[in-house]
Amino acid sequence: MPTTRTATGKTSGWRFKTWRRTRLEWLGWLALVALTVLCWRVMTAGTIWSFVEDAPRQAADLFGRMLPPRWDYANSLWRPLWDTINMATLGTAIAIVVATSLAFLAARNTTPSMLVLRPLALFVIVASRSVNALVWGLLLVAVLGPGVLAGIIAIALRSIGFIGKLLYEAIEEIDEMQVEAIRATGASPAQVITYGIVPQILPAFATISVFRWDINIRESTVLGLVGAGGLGLALETSLNTLAWPQVSVILLMILATVVFSEWLTAKVRKGIL
Amino acid sequence: MIESPLVRWAALLGIASYLALAFATIDVNWTRVSEGVVRAARLFESFISPNFTSRWSDIQQGTIESLTMTVTATVAGVLLAVPIGLGAARNLAPWWVYGICRGVIAASRALQDIIVAIFFVAMFGFGPFAGFLTLTVSTIGFLSKLLADDIEEIDPGQVEAIRATGAGFWQVIDFAVASQVIPRLIGLTAYKVDINFRESSVIGIVGAGGIGATLNTALDRYEFDTAGAILLIIIGIVMACEYGAGAIRKRFA
Amino acid sequence: MLRIQALTKTYKNGEAALKGVSLGVEAGEIIGLIGPSGAGKSTLIRCVNRLIEPSSGRVQLGEVELTGLSGGALRRERRRIGMIFQEYALIERLTVMENVLAGRLGYTGFWNSWFRRFAAQDVQRAIALLERVGLIDHIDKRADALSGGQRQRVGIARALIQQPELLLVDEPTASLDPKTSRSVMRLLTELCIENRLAAIVNIHDVVLAQAFLPRIVGLNAGIVVYDGPASGLTAEVLTSIYGEEDWTRTAAGEGGSDDGEPLVIARMEAEQ
Repeated sequence: MPTTRTATGKTSGWRFKTWRRTRLEWLGWLALVALTVLCWRVMTAGTIWSFVEDAPRQAADLFGRMLPPRWDYANSLWRPLWDTINMATLGTAIAIVVATSLAFLAARNTTPSMLVLRPLALFVIVASRSVNALVWGLLLVAVLGPGVLAGIIAIALRSIGFIGKLLYEAIEEIDEMQVEAIRATGASPAQVITYGIVPQILPAFATISVFRWDINIRESTVLGLVGAGGLGLALETSLNTLAWPQVSVILLMILATVVFSEWLTAKVRKGIL
Repeated sequence: MIESPLVRWAALLGIASYLALAFATIDVNWTRVSEGVVRAARLFESFISPNFTSRWSDIQQGTIESLTMTVTATVAGVLLAVPIGLGAARNLAPWWVYGICRGVIAASRALQDIIVAIFFVAMFGFGPFAGFLTLTVSTIGFLSKLLADDIEEIDPGQVEAIRATGAGFWQVIDFAVASQVIPRLIGLTAYKVDINFRESSVIGIVGAGGIGATLNTALDRYEFDTAGAILLIIIGIVMACEYGAGAIRKRFA
Repeated sequence: MLRIQALTKTYKNGEAALKGVSLGVEAGEIIGLIGPSGAGKSTLIRCVNRLIEPSSGRVQLGEVELTGLSGGALRRERRRIGMIFQEYALIERLTVMENVLAGRLGYTGFWNSWFRRFAAQDVQRAIALLERVGLIDHIDKRADALSGGQRQRVGIARALIQQPELLLVDEPTASLDPKTSRSVMRLLTELCIENRLAAIVNIHDVVLAQAFLPRIVGLNAGIVVYDGPASGLTAEVLTSIYGEEDWTRTAAGEGGSDDGEPLVIARMEAEQ
């Protein structure tokens, strides 16, 4: 912060920052620049610059080979598209079921055990969130073998943390008065949850689920790259066989799917709110 | 929830038939899955006893590549995202600049990072340079969109007051705009460092360098103990990033 | 010294905010601009320093025709006009001193303002002004840490450090309580007299206007319906300004934002 220099009580001059602070800030910027340069040098140590210089030609070459797209290939993409949508939808559905129970265990005001179940539920949520869906996909393909099933579970595992976290935060923010009112009628714990808590979190629940479904559509289009089926698998196959005109058709299909799901979720969200 | 019983039953029937159809079309190789149970047990075991040593030099190189990619791409991304974000704010830019900048943002957000990485690998060859470019593009898409949206929502009174003093365009940006949006920009950048590191653990799968490549190799060789070690390193760094980002956000709020 | 001739403003949505306003202000003269919400008061003063582009008409400050200017020439003339806002429009995250010095931006190069290196006499003048408005002890506080009355004093100091010839004041008291309102109005009129400043003060509160401002201009639906001494504000005149039923309540003086929607639109137009 700026400082005033006061001489005999009267303000005589003003400086925006003290010298010490100015110096510290310059040092901070210098450190950031030095770090970036260092990282750059380490990172590019193995870079073959002639490849980089060649990139514009490579790019032109690539797009030349991608065009025109092989439109009739789109007909063999309907099944992968169906698989992609199923991975996203079923994965989201499984995640919703698991995450909802986890959220009730993790929320401070509904957990049956503060000491054991709550930390456990929180740990599951954090672990699920830290690992990308594609990494989950890698692991599950290694375990279960390639296919849609690995994709569904990968999507579900990643989504559990996401939905669980947002949902338990929503539960912790509910209005306790309504819960007390239900409890005062002599309702059982299950009735307290269904009448006092569920109506309050239902809108948040719906928004979170739809939002995650949208993200999952995006992720399931590329999950196939690690062997988990769907459009990504078709992309992987076409890339490996250098069938570039097919690649462009698949990319357009992916783009269309993503745009459609964004449009649909925006529509549904408007309906909820 | 739904008023008409007819519509309600139709909806339920639709959902049920979709689920039945979806489940029916999942191809599952049950013998492979049953083998998987054994593998899952091994995987879990190796998480408890991760092996850092036998592939240590690979792990080390992958981690360093991921970290350097994250730093350089975030810096480059911010440097490019700030001018693009300014240009994509409706209340600052003339319509043609606005159109161009919003177009750049939409293009950089259209495809998933991993698909962008495939193209950069094809163009620039294998290695972290392609990863750096991928993460830079992704940072531009993320930061410039949020920055532009933020600028569009600033208090116009402050802008008006600075313009009324006879200040020039860049002085208005410095005093009235920057002072309003910079705290959130810093918070978002810290958050994006975190996301970039996570992404750097993934784009290696298609050859763009980083720890993802190491992980992919380990899993291909069924070296689950090494994979476990790599995952623990990823989770550890992600948590450190999250903690750091939280501290930075608090400091600049 | 300020000549406004046949000024009109029609917004893009078709709303006519000003329908031919002519007005003259002499050096050192303070006028109060009163009128109901939506009468065009805010639009009028913003057309003077061209924060809003007038549709037709002329604005002359001294010898300079403001309506023809653009770019650097317009910015140079804006330095001669100080402005004070209803919601203070301080830069909330900057300090009191930076806010006051912002009034010198028109006289400071970009890089000097970027590093906050203002001329020594600007800094001296800022300190003197902060002493005059009684905020010298808050010099390094952030603006968002001040109370409403304190903020408006910073706003006044920011306008005065421009050493303007004309002050445009937009509802200076509408966000303040009655007591603070009076002390801000007193400070404002005193400073105008000390510095022989001309001022146009938009004000909702008729009682406050009568107490502090010798000349009153009444605006209704974009037309000047009264221009004379404050003592001439009879019930009949007030009815012509505010309409049959409204004026007694308006005279009681609760302020809201003046013509809200069109102003936002105009600001966005002006930014382009």
